[in-house]
Amino acid sequence: MSFPWANQYQPENEFMKWMDSRLPLPRLIYNAIGAGYPVPRNLNYFWNFGVLAGVALVIQILTGVILAMHYAANVGVAFDSVEHIMRNVNSGWLLRYAHMNGASFFFIVVYIHIFRGLFYSSYKAPREMVWLLGLVIFLLMMATAFMGYVLPWGQMSFWGAKVITGLFSAIPLVGPALQEWLLGGFSPDNATLNRFFSLHFVLPFVIFGVIILHIWALHIPGSSNPTGIEIKGQQDTIPFHPYYTAKDGFGLGIFLIFFCILTFFMPNFLGHPDNYIPANELSTPAHIVPEWYFWPFYAILRAFTFDFLFIPAKLLGVIAMFGSILLLFFLPWLDKSPVRSGHYRPIFRKFFWFGLIPCILLLGYLGGAPAEEPYVMLSQLASAYYFAHFLIILPIISMTEKPKPLPNSITEAVTGKPLESAA
Amino acid sequence: MIRLFGIAAGAGFTLILLYSFVMGAVNFIKEPPVKAVEYSFHKHPEKPGFAHEGIFGKFDRGQLQRGLKVYQEVCAACHSMNLVAFRNFEDLGYSEGQIKTIAKNWATETPSINPDTGEASTRPSLASDQIPSPYLNDVQARAANNNALPPDLSLMTKARHDGTNYVYSLLTGYTDPPSDLPEENRPGTGLYYNAYFANLNIAMAPPLNSEGQVSYDDGTKASIDQMAKDVSAFLAWTAEPKMEARKSIGLGVIGFLIVFTFLAYFSYQNIWADLKAQKRKD
Repeated sequence: MSFPWANQYQPENEFMKWMDSRLPLPRLIYNAIGAGYPVPRNLNYFWNFGVLAGVALVIQILTGVILAMHYAANVGVAFDSVEHIMRNVNSGWLLRYAHMNGASFFFIVVYIHIFRGLFYSSYKAPREMVWLLGLVIFLLMMATAFMGYVLPWGQMSFWGAKVITGLFSAIPLVGPALQEWLLGGFSPDNATLNRFFSLHFVLPFVIFGVIILHIWALHIPGSSNPTGIEIKGQQDTIPFHPYYTAKDGFGLGIFLIFFCILTFFMPNFLGHPDNYIPANELSTPAHIVPEWYFWPFYAILRAFTFDFLFIPAKLLGVIAMFGSILLLFFLPWLDKSPVRSGHYRPIFRKFFWFGLIPCILLLGYLGGAPAEEPYVMLSQLASAYYFAHFLIILPIISMTEKPKPLPNSITEAVTGKPLESAA
Repeated sequence: MIRLFGIAAGAGFTLILLYSFVMGAVNFIKEPPVKAVEYSFHKHPEKPGFAHEGIFGKFDRGQLQRGLKVYQEVCAACHSMNLVAFRNFEDLGYSEGQIKTIAKNWATETPSINPDTGEASTRPSLASDQIPSPYLNDVQARAANNNALPPDLSLMTKARHDGTNYVYSLLTGYTDPPSDLPEENRPGTGLYYNAYFANLNIAMAPPLNSEGQVSYDDGTKASIDQMAKDVSAFLAWTAEPKMEARKSIGLGVIGFLIVFTFLAYFSYQNIWADLKAQKRKD
């Protein structure tokens, strides 16, 4: 579907005409991310991050495919093969550091993208499917990133794999068998490393496929916008190209500057020194921590320290950790407010900025901290707020809150003048 | 319906967490956790300052050559350097001929086989060889070191927090144990007190223990501090041999991106000029 006033693709020359009548791929691109896609005129910089996430995935795939040409997935040589890339492969250090930090930046932009969706309630009808597919992408990213971290076969790789697959052993009855099946053995070993490499290579292409579905689903209703009101006429929109391609170009420049500062000047800042020690199953690191982008979830996992009604604490933690992501799938139906944008929802907005955001940042900090007091007590309070926010506070304020008056149209919100021709 | 279920689930999670919090808090008050003794005696690395620090920092070639000498004459007796080859010393400013000499004269020879009998033997190293390990295997290394395994040093400065400063501080940080150190934290037989080491007691005897232990070719006075600094800088190079290329390419890339971003910003403003003119002024 598109808006009736969308620009129509015009093949520029005979070849493009020939092409268009046989394989209309240029037309598809024109309608998807070109001048044929009308977009609200009032998008702010938070709307840059979808494109940036796509760029981050492309960086990961390009660097990753070349790294895979030099990497060897065998426990005997994996660590040394990464160092071979760092030392002997031409520009190998650049590929490897870009891939390492690219993963972090992929998560940074995706987290901002998700929180944009949360603040502007982009998950609401008619865009539920966009949100659900986005969460599928997020889960696939987490799996991919986790398996990628195992590949260098350093200390954190090994012990991270052991701890994370160990979570499955908390499941009653089938747990231990499931963990063995996932690892291909009793402990992370060559079978684990090989299957993780295989999956780490293939999953990004699955992510790419789901991104196509994500964009397809987005193009049915069209992009949301900071006012949260629907497009009512041609004046409310501008073509994606050149307006948003130009804005995204600027955003991309800023993104790449930050990315390159880390990659070139502090490449190991986000990593853990222990992963430069080869994996050794006889020596457990003092603090086993996952990569920073998992810290909020790791904090929730570790917040459950007491058995409750015969349910072991470990199982509770595992349920809560997966639940903390799964509950996001239900947001479109938990939040019943007819108003989307947080700008027009005074109570929702306060809980978002003064509740959810500090709570997530605190959980992130606590997930990286050692499992000691007072960190554990703080993570219990923060986790309690996390669940209360999405499952109790949000449904209740969405029913009780009185939203502020909405502008009549996007055009009016931007120019102060009413939309002349309603569609 | 879904919201009722959600509220119930949310209430469940929240209650269990608050219950855990209260239980934890009660325990915390009843038995306040005791900080491990290591916390109060452990020291963070000193910062002696290295030429290669900062975004413009480059390795000091003279220092790296001195550091190599310290490694070769002191550390290499126990610590391997598996990831570095003799040919890499070209980066330190040595010529091909000098590298061949260093390789040939290295205290440990490269493992090989006798070409006639096929039996295991050794031969003098070539420039293309990796630096040979002082021990045949970990078992031999432990047997020679009171059951402690001297770690490979190739990546040491990246494998510890604040690694280069850590190596320097560790090498210069051997002291007598403080008088208020509890008995169970005092070094046992074959252990040495070092406040920079994670558990305060390290199995490595102070490796740099006398001035002039290494005689520097460039006339620099080989004080313990100087040797520790030089070998730390050398280990920073072995861990990150491409650092200079990384920083110089990085400066070019950032410069390019700043220009690109300015151009992108102006084209964005240009393309949006007609739309921005319609924007209300408030």
